[in-house]
Amino acid sequence: MIENFDLSLVNWSRAQFALTAIYHWLFVPLTLGLSFILAFMETLYVRTGDEMWKKITKFWMTLFGINFAIGVATGIILEFEFGTNWSNYSWFVGDIFGAPLAVEGILAFFLETTFVAVMFFGWNKVGKKFHLASTWLVAIGASLSALWILVANAWMENPVGMAFNPDTARNEMNSFREVVFNPVAVDKFLHTVTSGFVLASVFVVGISAWFLIRKREQELARRSILIAGIFGLVSGLAVALTGDSSARTLAQVQPVKFAAMEALYEGKSDAGLTVIGALTDSGEKIGEKKVHGMKLKIEIPGLLSIMTTGKGDGYVPGLKDLVNGNPERGILSVSEMMERGGHARQVLIDYKMAKELGDTDSMAMLAARFEDKDFVENYFRYFGYSYFDHPWQVIPSVPVTFYAFRVMVGLGFFFILLFVLAIWFHRRKTLEKNTWFLWIALFSIPLAYLASELGWIVTEMGRQPWIIQNLMPVHVAVTNISAGAVRTTFWLFAVLFTALLIAEISIMVRQIKIGPKQ
Amino acid sequence: MGSAAKTVNRIFRFYYDGFRTMSWWGKKVWIIILVKLFIIFLILRIFFFPDFLKVNFSNDRERSDYVLEQLTGNN
Repeated sequence: MIENFDLSLVNWSRAQFALTAIYHWLFVPLTLGLSFILAFMETLYVRTGDEMWKKITKFWMTLFGINFAIGVATGIILEFEFGTNWSNYSWFVGDIFGAPLAVEGILAFFLETTFVAVMFFGWNKVGKKFHLASTWLVAIGASLSALWILVANAWMENPVGMAFNPDTARNEMNSFREVVFNPVAVDKFLHTVTSGFVLASVFVVGISAWFLIRKREQELARRSILIAGIFGLVSGLAVALTGDSSARTLAQVQPVKFAAMEALYEGKSDAGLTVIGALTDSGEKIGEKKVHGMKLKIEIPGLLSIMTTGKGDGYVPGLKDLVNGNPERGILSVSEMMERGGHARQVLIDYKMAKELGDTDSMAMLAARFEDKDFVENYFRYFGYSYFDHPWQVIPSVPVTFYAFRVMVGLGFFFILLFVLAIWFHRRKTLEKNTWFLWIALFSIPLAYLASELGWIVTEMGRQPWIIQNLMPVHVAVTNISAGAVRTTFWLFAVLFTALLIAEISIMVRQIKIGPKQ
Repeated sequence: MGSAAKTVNRIFRFYYDGFRTMSWWGKKVWIIILVKLFIIFLILRIFFFPDFLKVNFSNDRERSDYVLEQLTGNN
């Protein structure tokens, strides 16, 4: 089945979506984090009356404005792609995806656009406290907008709060609460938003470091480093904590992705967490997928078991357990899931035939099965497995997931160290003397973007081949249009987004060189 | 002038003055925003990104039948 599908169409559609999402995400985290940094700075201005804080706030607000304006509406293109390239998926998810996105659209429009205008046009026109409230509302509004997008994304990884209607071929939401409080959504929101705070903090520390290297705007730079250093440190620790909580959730709802992140092929009790390691070709295979060995491995014994099960001797399943099954541990094989999913699909095929024949009795009987708890929990939940020919097809790219995860985590800890040093040197009034630190801080800016994008690569590449976990693989979601059309729009986007990025960087660099208005 | 009209006038003046006294970078990014929105909504949306199910089927019944066919077919 999967071999018969036009993989060039699937791959170009995936590449196009990835390109759009990666570019879109270049703008979002800075907006999320810098808006809060502005709010802290302006709060200090309003509380102390110190004009320096106003000058600092206005300078960073300029950079925020440039990023916000260039990034605005880049996410809408993703919604276009759903309708054009992923129509089966768009229909299948029904109102579950639409509802959070609609809430996001309304929130973004009213909260952000209204108060962003007050932020930029309102200095000396509205009261200090009203202006400050607007800045805070922009910050809160930006994070709330992100919440709804992440709720929709989390549903794809852990579909909950819905029932499938065979008549409309759509999933229908039956619990908004379950969708919003999906454990994946909660972890994802906290982890993603705090990682945006870290990126913005690195940005502020890095640009401020540049001012100190150039011996310009030193007071602005020192104060900015202190605010961003503290905010970044708190956020960095929150990222580590939420990452830990995400791992626990992931191990339950997406165990294959979790095992791929660790390149764990053999299940283990007392499993260690690999800190670093280089993957090698072991010569062994699961179906057509390579099994990787590991050299230069440094691991923390028992930590993976503790992270996932809370116990040092807890069992962590490996890819072999998850693909071949492990009855002793209660793990179903993928073959078994394919069979169960096939049964669910056969019920849907029978429903469709009954519908074509106008056999209303059979239609009612078959539709009732999709409301039956036993059928939903034991068969329909594996619906997507029916589209695979071989069990090994559920394994994502282990090297991409493994390395992306390690680089992301490594950079996360590096940023925590960077913030500690920034606060330390600030307290000792030795920031200017440690030029090595200032250069590292400056060159950390692209690393923060790299870490942020890698987070999404782990999330999205690690859950392949699924677009909706266990229910719909990517190749079933795609619209049957010409691969050439997708290729054309891929390059159109590459040009458009690159132009936007160049515009952003050039306008921002110009404003940074100009510095704050006197 | 009634209080509602005064409020509308104040809001209008707020935005009008804001745009009129905008800085160099503000004007620049507004040009970029307008060009970008033009490209996204009037070129990409219309010529390159039609909604497949909306364009090819006239009602939800036809759309669900098509997707049902896709889900149950030999993918």
